[in-house]
Amino acid sequence: MIHRFELNGYKLVVDVDSGSVHVVDDLVYRIVGLYERHSPEEIVRQLSGTWPHAEVLDAVNQVQSLVDEGLLFSKIEHRERLGERVHDGRVIKALCLNVAHSCNLNCSYCFAAQGTYKGEQAIMPLETGRRAMDFLIENSDSRHNLEVDFFGGEPLLNWGMVKETVAYARSLEAKHNKHFRFTLTTNGLLIDEDVIEFTNREMANVVLSLDGRKETHDRFRVTQGGKGCYAVVVPKFQELVRRRTRGSYYIRGTYTHCNTDFLTDILHMADLGFDEISMEPVVCPPDQPYALTEEDLPVLKDQYERLAVEMLRRDREGRGFHFYHFTVDLDHGPCIYKRIAGCGAGTEYLAVTPGGDLYPCHQLVDDPGFLMGNIWQGVVRLDLRNKFSQCNVFSRPECEDCWARFYCSGGCAANAYHVNGKLPGVDTYGCELFRKRMECALMMKAASLPKR
Amino acid sequence: MKEKKRIVTLSTRDLVQDIEHDGCGECQTSCQSACKTSCGVVNQVCEQEKR
Repeated sequence: MIHRFELNGYKLVVDVDSGSVHVVDDLVYRIVGLYERHSPEEIVRQLSGTWPHAEVLDAVNQVQSLVDEGLLFSKIEHRERLGERVHDGRVIKALCLNVAHSCNLNCSYCFAAQGTYKGEQAIMPLETGRRAMDFLIENSDSRHNLEVDFFGGEPLLNWGMVKETVAYARSLEAKHNKHFRFTLTTNGLLIDEDVIEFTNREMANVVLSLDGRKETHDRFRVTQGGKGCYAVVVPKFQELVRRRTRGSYYIRGTYTHCNTDFLTDILHMADLGFDEISMEPVVCPPDQPYALTEEDLPVLKDQYERLAVEMLRRDREGRGFHFYHFTVDLDHGPCIYKRIAGCGAGTEYLAVTPGGDLYPCHQLVDDPGFLMGNIWQGVVRLDLRNKFSQCNVFSRPECEDCWARFYCSGGCAANAYHVNGKLPGVDTYGCELFRKRMECALMMKAASLPKR
Repeated sequence: MKEKKRIVTLSTRDLVQDIEHDGCGECQTSCQSACKTSCGVVNQVCEQEKR
């Protein structure tokens, strides 16, 4: 299977199974489009009226050599067996630790129901955090790198526990030959000197929630009293980022139906000095006034294309920034098994509630039907674990015809479940946006090639 | 990057070749980076390739 597309003056051909990406001229672009349904002789005959005969012959030969090298129209065999070789849930390597089911903001668009996940407010005790670290080590088999995301609600509401849990995990590393990578996801309100210093030292990644322009951010991200928090959090984020000497960070936003011109918000964040930016479509029921609509789709795609062009321009001017969703590591990216298996929700990745209950991922914590066990007894719903272990790219019929399947592994299982009520499934709206983002990312790779 | 007169092939990991080896599982879980509400894996870095 291949995918051909034109963007910003570039013509690209993606060979889906081998992962090869080719930047081609007009003639090759036409030939590749005809190749599967016509013989080389027919193609030469058909195109020789438009291009010189010798050129068409030469171009057909170049295309044929790509096919011979396994870089075009390649095919992965024995897909079922590959699907069986991906993670089965017996090894757990990552936990989302919901250290606070409580929040000091009251964002109406929050998928976690203002941090409570539709339940009672709760704070994770230190003993539970420590036990979660033990649980992770006990279930990680020979995996060396373990990941823990301090999440919520707002994790800084339980900051002392976060620090103690990190210290406890660090104390286990040498003995068990493990390396913990911690992430903190925060709304920023409680960032202070101690948070800045500690996160720089201990957190491999910090995710800072900012939606863009003041009017965008303050539309949803308000305090319990209804006051927007842009003015409070932006200087804190800037200071934290300025002093970050180790690990990564992302300024992460959400766009909704209310700001389908989200490019302006991304550029605003770049102009604030942030150079690692992530911006995602809102996840919410379709009846919400801020839910994205079918009519928004072409507008959103256009915004991504404009963003890519603008990023190239800023890069040439020496003021470039990274956009998380355009980041594609073609050469050193994940292996085929990661690309088949995806995020690992419900198998190698679990979410832990303040009470120590286990869920397949942070987006499913509000649904009792997905309670998988707890950190003392382990995963007891093996039926659920099996279901998630089968959520791979080959088990989703919708992915069969999708050229981007090895870029997303079938996408977010939770999103698909919320849209369709089934596992495995796909969120077709999200798929549309994802494919556009990948086209933009690949075009940017083409644009960064040296001129010939 | 391999070059032909009319085609520039970007340097990419060969996924068909990858099948010969098992995945090590040491790479980052995608939702631990900066998404939390979507999934992309191609932006993740391979731990083996990093070495």
